[in-house]
Amino acid sequence: MAGAAGGQRVPAIELRGISKAFGPVQANRDISLTVMPGTIHGIVGENGAGKSTLMSILYGFYKADAGEIRIGGQPNQISDSQAAIRAGIGMVFQHFKLVEPFSVLENVILGVEDGRLLRPSLARARGALKRLAEDYELHVDPDARIEDLGVGMKQRVEILKALYRQADILILDEPTGVLTPAEADHLFRILENLKSQGKTIILITHKLREIMAITDTVSVMRRGQMVATLETAQTSPGELAELMVGRKVLLHMDKKPAAPGRTVLAVENLRVTDIDGVERLRGVSLSVRAGEILGIAGVAGNGQSQLLGVLGGTLRGSGTVRIEGREIDLAARDAGQSRRAAGIAHVPEDRQREGLVMEFLAWENMIFGYHHDPACQRNRALMDNAAIRAMTAERMARFDVRPPDPDLPARSFSGGNQQKIVLAREIERNPALLIVGQPTRGVDIGAIEFIHQRLIALRDAGAAILLVSVELDEILSLSDRIAVMFDGRIMGERRPEETDEKDLGLMMAGMRGKAA
Amino acid sequence: MRDAMPKWADLVLIPLVSLVLAFGLSALVILAIGEDPVAAVRMMVSGALGSTYAWGYTLYYATNFIFTGLAVAVAFQARLFNIGGEGQAMLGGLGVALICLSLPWPHWALALPAAALGAALFGAAWAAVPAWLQATRGSHIVITTIMFNFIAAAVLNYLLVNVMRPIGSMDPATAKFPSGTHLPSLHDLLAPFGIAFSRAAPANITFLIAIAACVLVWLIVWRTRLGYEIRAYGQSEPAAIYAGIRPVRIVMAAMLISGALAGLMAVNNVMGEAERLVLNAVEGAGFIGIAVALMGRSHPFGVFLAALLFGFLYQGGAELALWTDIPRELIVVIQALVILFTGALDNMVRMPLERLFLALRRGRA
Repeated sequence: MAGAAGGQRVPAIELRGISKAFGPVQANRDISLTVMPGTIHGIVGENGAGKSTLMSILYGFYKADAGEIRIGGQPNQISDSQAAIRAGIGMVFQHFKLVEPFSVLENVILGVEDGRLLRPSLARARGALKRLAEDYELHVDPDARIEDLGVGMKQRVEILKALYRQADILILDEPTGVLTPAEADHLFRILENLKSQGKTIILITHKLREIMAITDTVSVMRRGQMVATLETAQTSPGELAELMVGRKVLLHMDKKPAAPGRTVLAVENLRVTDIDGVERLRGVSLSVRAGEILGIAGVAGNGQSQLLGVLGGTLRGSGTVRIEGREIDLAARDAGQSRRAAGIAHVPEDRQREGLVMEFLAWENMIFGYHHDPACQRNRALMDNAAIRAMTAERMARFDVRPPDPDLPARSFSGGNQQKIVLAREIERNPALLIVGQPTRGVDIGAIEFIHQRLIALRDAGAAILLVSVELDEILSLSDRIAVMFDGRIMGERRPEETDEKDLGLMMAGMRGKAA
Repeated sequence: MRDAMPKWADLVLIPLVSLVLAFGLSALVILAIGEDPVAAVRMMVSGALGSTYAWGYTLYYATNFIFTGLAVAVAFQARLFNIGGEGQAMLGGLGVALICLSLPWPHWALALPAAALGAALFGAAWAAVPAWLQATRGSHIVITTIMFNFIAAAVLNYLLVNVMRPIGSMDPATAKFPSGTHLPSLHDLLAPFGIAFSRAAPANITFLIAIAACVLVWLIVWRTRLGYEIRAYGQSEPAAIYAGIRPVRIVMAAMLISGALAGLMAVNNVMGEAERLVLNAVEGAGFIGIAVALMGRSHPFGVFLAALLFGFLYQGGAELALWTDIPRELIVVIQALVILFTGALDNMVRMPLERLFLALRRGRA
């Protein structure tokens, strides 16, 4: 183990009694955290538990209302991100902060140029990058343009940026969200490497598997408070999940075997070209039968969004799509309405952008897309707001939406409760086909369990479900069949019992299976 | 998470505080040019509210502003910034003039619905072209509606000078409308109830139509499916497309309603007051409508109150310029300060008030 020889070791980071409020919301409450140097320290918690706020305080974006920060034993105010960098803290954000048309080298020196002329800085950075690459196996072509790099490489550039700024403490915020399993493994090797060289790493994630795989210590946050700090070796995913949620949770779904019936959705040779002329769906064919869940696995950006878009009616495409034998007009002008009329319900990937109108009240959102329904009209001219409100209140109770108040705007609900509103709206229509994208993205563990149960219940009631998710765990635990998408094509199909993450991961990277 | 402030504070308290600040600063400006702000306020109040004659003018202006304010407010529900109220109201005037002059109307009760229909149709038609360009070509509606204001002014200039001017007249205006089209004034309307209202003031029955328009707009926006779709589109276009709402249809519908409302203003100023179509009849009411909608938070009731305020400022300001040494331009300064504080500097008042309410709630908890 690296660290000070003999005597008491000084913590790399020590937080004491940190509190931070945004208006009425107490995001962090009296948080204390000790991170020892040369360790990988995981921080887990549900969305809204206060992880990001805490890290933003550590990186100088926010100033804590109360509390003390010590870096390497020295009290440090960290008034802004420059101060954080001076203190040796580097941050790798979930959404990369890179200038796309710039080269790797230019991005690395951005903000820490030596002088007014770029040439000396670039030369120095080139040498430094070479050393870093050798020390940590962080190989990136310094002259490549960022926009030509894949996500895994971009993330490596972010790490290099931090190391170039002499970071000793590296904070990574949900670093594997956009990576394939293979890329994630590579990242973990890099992190192990950094640790063995004495760097301190803080890993923020909601994936318990990663915590178990790589961290030495793990801290759990819940509702703005630090509820536990444990040695990873002494804990289990079940215990961590329970600490995060505050009660026992089922990590794996128990479901009956599927009883597939007639074919509900039949897609042949579906193609979508985006506004830049890039073909995003390159001839996808698939089918889903009543009473089964077809899971679409894949790294984000390989055509899953376009598949959902065409089926849901938000995108134009070519090819044939049949619902219960009837062909759908893919060029229809009121596509969203005719899809619903055909029996397709759509839970979109991005509920805040598409699935909900954030300023609309819950009851206004509960009929969104179905507002032509006669049940919504009081007479020819006016809508029946009272009836819609009553219907919403009843559905909110059944889907355990909290708080169950139809007159609150969508934005004032948590991510999980927003998703429950969308699900209630789409599921209660008893659709022939439910297409659902990222059903549990940004949803806390307690709600994930509930949402999964509802999807299984809908399947058991005889609906066909097409599930798109970048979470392999979710695909594996819910699907009756799994199709893997890569570069706009279906790479192959598997049954969940005859595959595993490694097999799927290879297909997600375009390695195996044959193009349809 | 709940909102920091109760709704009434958002709708009433913030505009009120903003208004007080605007008037406070105006008073300082009046002091700075060596005049007495207290006397100025007294003059404005008596000039705009001191008699039925004064009220008649205030309500007349307010009627104009209600229509143009509603026009901006409806378009804004679809996140469309209709700057073209001025041009749409000018064309509305043309519609009113054509209808009033084309038939020997026997009674105003017949002429009024026909003229209102003409005004609305002409106003809507003038909004339709920018709306279509926005909906199908993506041409920015702010730019196109502004340009259509200039085109409208040029068109009216041409028509009034070369086509509609009675032979022998030196004035670029149409002939007087026949007496069968003269609308009853508030004097005529209130007389049967034994209320003596000034005979000379221009406020007329159109004020009641404006109130009806407020109610109608409220019903359309908050109680009909079309209004639901307009609001959904205004909040989030991707969400609207997801729900199967067609953007082209919404942009057209919102702008046609908006243009029709702006056009309806002509019933007040052309048919109700001038009783002929003159050059530059709109007098900037289309632009004041923007401020009215802004201050009224794009809500019909808010628009109604804001229109009354601007009617007061407009009439009181005119009186001030007439009877004191305070230059007319200062009235524009006061109006601008009101717009600045209620519209642009909204957050300056909002933030401290939100903090105050939070502190109060904590204190109670």
